Amino acid sequence: MLNVALPKGRLGEKVYAMFEAAGYPCPSIKENTRKLIFENEEKQVRYFWVKPSDVSIYVERGAADIGVAGKDILLEYEPDVYELLDLNLGKCRMAVAAPKDFYDDGEKTLKVATKFTNIAANYYNSIGRDIDIIKLNGSIEIAPILSLSDVIVDIVETGTTLKENDLEVKTEILPISARLIANKSSFKFKGKLIESVLKSIEKQVKKDD
Amino acid sequence: MIEEQLLKSEEKAVFALRSLYRKYGYLPYKMSKFEEYELYIRNKDFLVSDRIITFNDTNGKLMALKPDVTLSIIKNSEDKKGVKQKVFYNENVYRVSKSTKNYKEIMQAGLECIGDIDLYDIFEAVTLAVKSLSLISDDFVLEISHLGILSAILDEVCKDELFQSQALEFISQKNTHDLSRLCEKFEISAQKTADLVEFVSTYGKRDEVIKKLKNIYKGESLEELETLSNMLNSSEFSEKIIFDFSVVNDMSYYNGIVFKGFLSEICEGVLSGGQYDNLMQKMDRKSGAVGFALYLDLLEQLSKPKKVFDVDVLLIYGENDDKQKVAQKVNEFVNKGLSVSAQKCVPEKLRFKQKVEFLEGKNNA
Repeated sequence: MLNVALPKGRLGEKVYAMFEAAGYPCPSIKENTRKLIFENEEKQVRYFWVKPSDVSIYVERGAADIGVAGKDILLEYEPDVYELLDLNLGKCRMAVAAPKDFYDDGEKTLKVATKFTNIAANYYNSIGRDIDIIKLNGSIEIAPILSLSDVIVDIVETGTTLKENDLEVKTEILPISARLIANKSSFKFKGKLIESVLKSIEKQVKKDD
Repeated sequence: MIEEQLLKSEEKAVFALRSLYRKYGYLPYKMSKFEEYELYIRNKDFLVSDRIITFNDTNGKLMALKPDVTLSIIKNSEDKKGVKQKVFYNENVYRVSKSTKNYKEIMQAGLECIGDIDLYDIFEAVTLAVKSLSLISDDFVLEISHLGILSAILDEVCKDELFQSQALEFISQKNTHDLSRLCEKFEISAQKTADLVEFVSTYGKRDEVIKKLKNIYKGESLEELETLSNMLNSSEFSEKIIFDFSVVNDMSYYNGIVFKGFLSEICEGVLSGGQYDNLMQKMDRKSGAVGFALYLDLLEQLSKPKKVFDVDVLLIYGENDDKQKVAQKVNEFVNKGLSVSAQKCVPEKLRFKQKVEFLEGKNNA
């Protein structure tokens, strides 16, 4: 039985479609229910919907053999897993954003509001900038407006939210996309199965390019 | 006599491993729970985490609760040409748990062969690692890598330190997409990038891996790996020993053969080891070393048949019953091989198979 953790939401649905096309369908998943676990006994596969930021936890601890998680989550939590494939889905950027008139003259400690404290700390460490991290869990964009922080480090997709709050991207830290990850131990024991899923999905990703 | 069913998985493993290591001439190594803090601070990269529990000894010296066993064994080892010291241990170490970020006591068993080691000693360590795993579970895999090959291939591609450290991380994740991007960033030729990706994607059956690897790399390290592979062919568990170059232990300490063991029921590696001549050099030793550790605390996750009852018999006796006769009755059950709990009333949380009322003299069943 292959256990697959899918991120709840639009991305997860796209990913499920790829698994279906790869020959691992589970029709019951499309029924509109509140169930979170779906199993196809015949194909020996079980899917479950989890919060996107939790996928890596399920996979790292072996509750799921494979899963799909954003590179942002993988960089933030650094789970000990294999990262097997870039799905080229859910593409966006991790970026530093600030009010349009903000200029970092480097004179004082930079106040950075973010959900991604690890990514922000690593980035500023790499450029040798002293920062004060403010961990927020949502509505990051208002932090600079209310002078809670100087800048924010966040995911930018289209930039609309930034624009509407009079912010703009100052620096791009890295591109983000969804990745197929696997538990290291599962990979040793269900390697053939995981590889065959991987190959089929890899073909679909290449076709989409 | 110890009844096997009473033992927990990790306790059973400790006994089985001890007898195995003894057979191959490894001697028990017993050490103190404390070590001078300085030992660890000099080698902190070798440790899984640099957070250590410290305290001041009565003479004011800063001491640490051992986060690691290997360093202590090296420190106390002899350093003479031709001499080999083979020891095994079973100790608790104190480390920060990755998941909870709190200190945790971790039960570790392992062995070290220190001194003038050669390929035989490496083979012996690998064989004992495999045998150790087989004693715990039938469904296991030992994956082997050779850091000599890995570093030679990386040096061939690009000697930049930043490139190498990032490349190593991607290799350990089997992440070929980001590895290719990294090569692009460092303007590495398409051919070299393809070779590197091929190298990372090469894993599995030993002879197949060696065959493929010969197209990419030639050198002493590959010869060593091939010889080891041939020696392992005679092992009854040969099929379960694979090559996988994503095993990347810290290269400033390890060199040569490194390996990692997995059990199907446990979500992370339970065994880790390899050749660590570099660590020996850092500790001013001229000789080499090979060893491994088994993380016994992880064996807790191994499923055991669920117990339905806590005891076979619940014996209820009264306040005024003759205690000597109660004792006799208890022994009667025990001698039949049943477990008994003698109580005056039925305990709330005890699950029992059978309840027996002790009615003095009248109950002789």
